[in-house]
Amino acid sequence: MSRFRSYLSHPFWGSLLVLVFSYLGLKFGIGYLLPAVGVHSAPVPSSVLLQYMLTVFVAILLYVSTDEERWRAFKQPIRDVMVDPARRTMRAVLLVAFPVLAGFVTYGRVRAEVGAPPSLRSIHPAPPNDLTFRGERIRLTSLQNPLRESGLLEERVRTGGRLYVQNCVPCHGDRLDGEGPAAHALNPVPADFTDNGSISQLTESYVFWRIAKGGPGLPVEGAPWNSAMPVWEDILTADEIWSVILFIYERSGSRPRTWEEAEGTGEGDEG
Amino acid sequence: MRVTCVRPIRVAGALAAALLLLAADPGLAQEALALTPEYGHFPLIGARGAIWIAAQVHLMFAAFVLGVPMFAVVVEAVGIFGGDRRYDRLAKEFTRLLLIAYSATAIWGAALVFALATLYPRFWAYLTAIFAPSMWIYAGLFFLESFTLYLYYYGWERWKEGIAKKMHWGLGILLNVWGTIVMFIANSWLTFMMSPPAQVTADTAPQTVRLWSAIANATWMPINIHRIIANVVFGGAIVGAYAAYRFLAARTDEERAHYDWMGYIGNFIAIGALIVLPFAGYYLGREIYEFNQQMGITMMGGFMSWLWIIQAFLIGILFLTGNYYLWVGMGRIPGAERFTPYIKWLLIVLVIGTIVWATPHTMIASRREIAAMGGTHHPFLGVLGVMSAKNTAVNFMILTTFLSFLLYRRANKRPVIGWARTGTLVQGAAFALAAGIVLFYGIYGYFVSAIVRIGFSVYQVLAVLACILVVITLDVVMLRGATSRGAIRWGQMPERSQYALFILAVTFTWLMGLMGFARSGIRQHWHVFEVIRDTSPQAFTPALGPAATMISVCVLIFFGLVAVIFWLGGLAEKPIVIPAAAGTAVDLGPAATAGD
Repeated sequence: MSRFRSYLSHPFWGSLLVLVFSYLGLKFGIGYLLPAVGVHSAPVPSSVLLQYMLTVFVAILLYVSTDEERWRAFKQPIRDVMVDPARRTMRAVLLVAFPVLAGFVTYGRVRAEVGAPPSLRSIHPAPPNDLTFRGERIRLTSLQNPLRESGLLEERVRTGGRLYVQNCVPCHGDRLDGEGPAAHALNPVPADFTDNGSISQLTESYVFWRIAKGGPGLPVEGAPWNSAMPVWEDILTADEIWSVILFIYERSGSRPRTWEEAEGTGEGDEG
Repeated sequence: MRVTCVRPIRVAGALAAALLLLAADPGLAQEALALTPEYGHFPLIGARGAIWIAAQVHLMFAAFVLGVPMFAVVVEAVGIFGGDRRYDRLAKEFTRLLLIAYSATAIWGAALVFALATLYPRFWAYLTAIFAPSMWIYAGLFFLESFTLYLYYYGWERWKEGIAKKMHWGLGILLNVWGTIVMFIANSWLTFMMSPPAQVTADTAPQTVRLWSAIANATWMPINIHRIIANVVFGGAIVGAYAAYRFLAARTDEERAHYDWMGYIGNFIAIGALIVLPFAGYYLGREIYEFNQQMGITMMGGFMSWLWIIQAFLIGILFLTGNYYLWVGMGRIPGAERFTPYIKWLLIVLVIGTIVWATPHTMIASRREIAAMGGTHHPFLGVLGVMSAKNTAVNFMILTTFLSFLLYRRANKRPVIGWARTGTLVQGAAFALAAGIVLFYGIYGYFVSAIVRIGFSVYQVLAVLACILVVITLDVVMLRGATSRGAIRWGQMPERSQYALFILAVTFTWLMGLMGFARSGIRQHWHVFEVIRDTSPQAFTPALGPAATMISVCVLIFFGLVAVIFWLGGLAEKPIVIPAAAGTAVDLGPAATAGD
């Protein structure tokens, strides 16, 4: 027991233990333990796991090397394996094991796979400055929802709700949470308007553009895009689109972003 | 529009003719522009690659030669008014590095101008038609700046006493004035490309654009402020790297002690200025959003958004490395042992901060992983991908770094005042309060709309700044007349700590190139946003991979040249190492406080 304790307090073995526990926690704790206790979670993508583990590894090296004595103790087992004649067997094993491990990891990274390659997708692509709606040129940067100024807001919201149920529910769901009956046939899944990272981050003019032009109207830069959103300007009038916008903000309890109040402060998704 | 690519000599000839026409009769301007070929050709890397390298490397040297005089003059003032000659020597050594770097700045600046004139002749003719007067002023000021720099350096030993010394210090201030105006002028050209005044359209003849309205465009002042601070950070980091190089090459204990101290000052300047840099960056981002929504979204939420994850990771490295240098440095301060148990907790906060800050909202994942997550947002870690989490993380990292600095500063001191314990408790309470406010608004931000949430970041920043102000003021008062627990053993620093200074310099340089790409890239396919369209074969915005490669090439070129400068800096003159005077207590951070 005391020998085990001395191993734990040793900088090298202690560090190794932290590294292993960090890996287990990130890999299995987040991916499997949390769902087991009822927390909504999923396995961490390997790119993010690598990023986390790299940070932990660097932090361990920083910690052990801040103190001269600790640093010497940390290096001692490595040094012993490298030069101590009594560790010749272990040295030989490691000399074989490390290149094999490196080769295995490299093979795993470069081998051809059947699946489609991963794709990056910007959730909020940059809108154009102008758009043409049914032949009319509109300056998007100064565009406001005209229905907010026209009075009869409640009636407009009701109209928007009716249009939403007729056209949007199959994908975006009756609770506006992106869980419509057809949602899981689509990849990526439709936007969840109740998420405070979606429409509450956007101006109404932006939402108007996304609805009017749909997936095919996404900008050239950042392509190829992947969105099943139809081009609603072919189906709805501008007033109808604005009504739907009023409804989704109203029903989701969000407030549209307004440049006047926010003074154009930059906030984004960070990836 | 047809793309025209011709040989540089013909381009230069046509350009000269066009400029002559422009000078002779503004009425011929449009015709002259039309006569000028659109684009030149550069072998192997293309016109854009050539411009990119010339502009980036020029900018790196320019940042160095503008940043260093700012703190050289402050350090000289500490030497003059504090009576400690070591600072005077240090300021001179800083300035010596400038002399060589100054030539490199001019050479790369000339390369940039030639590249613009021969590779983008029509665009260059357009810019000169608007900015010609400011370009002449720029040249004149550059001359004055050079002359002042030479006078400042070569007059150091001649004007070293009394009123002459103060006048010499005045030269240092003048050097900064010239340099700042030069930078402001150059900034006006590039910010005009990003945010031209609203009345300038594709049909506007360049001669009709009023010079001042072109200069004072929407992003001009935010860039000016951001670059002033960033130059100090960059200058401090490069000076730190120079000190590290000289420390590792030192042959005597005195030299090692001197460069250890110099490295500490460089790190102190870089990290100190870095703490306020995010606020200036925030102001710039805000103005970009306000100028054009498309630009703002492209930068933060569009295809540039991944740059911010890389940036977060690199800034995490900066915080970790800067703190590491301080923690290792505590090993040479008697009395610091009582603080070393706290290091692991500080490290844990920094690591969690780095992890949170660098967690992407939209994750790179395989199809299988995306299917498991139900999209590109992770159901559990996704909460770390938004600004509420990131603002909280970065504010905690700033507080932690400040705490590391405070521990370093107090390491070898014993306060003599009666209320020292109460003062320390108040300092602790200030930290706890600031951390509480940052955490509260970080969590509360998840439950309010974006407009309200954006305002929270201001409260978080104010809480951190107020904490720093209160704690440092108290500390200065509390440690007045403090007794020493023992002198700092300058020079007794493990060699690995010096590599931390190299990492800082390289990371700062890389970050500079990376974020410069973000700023420039959001113009997308425009030379001047929505005014002059880029119709060259390279009109596309490069993906992150090629951009990162190009930036890395620039960083390698820069450091290759910097290595030569460091070597020359060592050849030119050996520093006169002046031992610390007993009892001197000029307070420029812990380096100069009692006991060293």
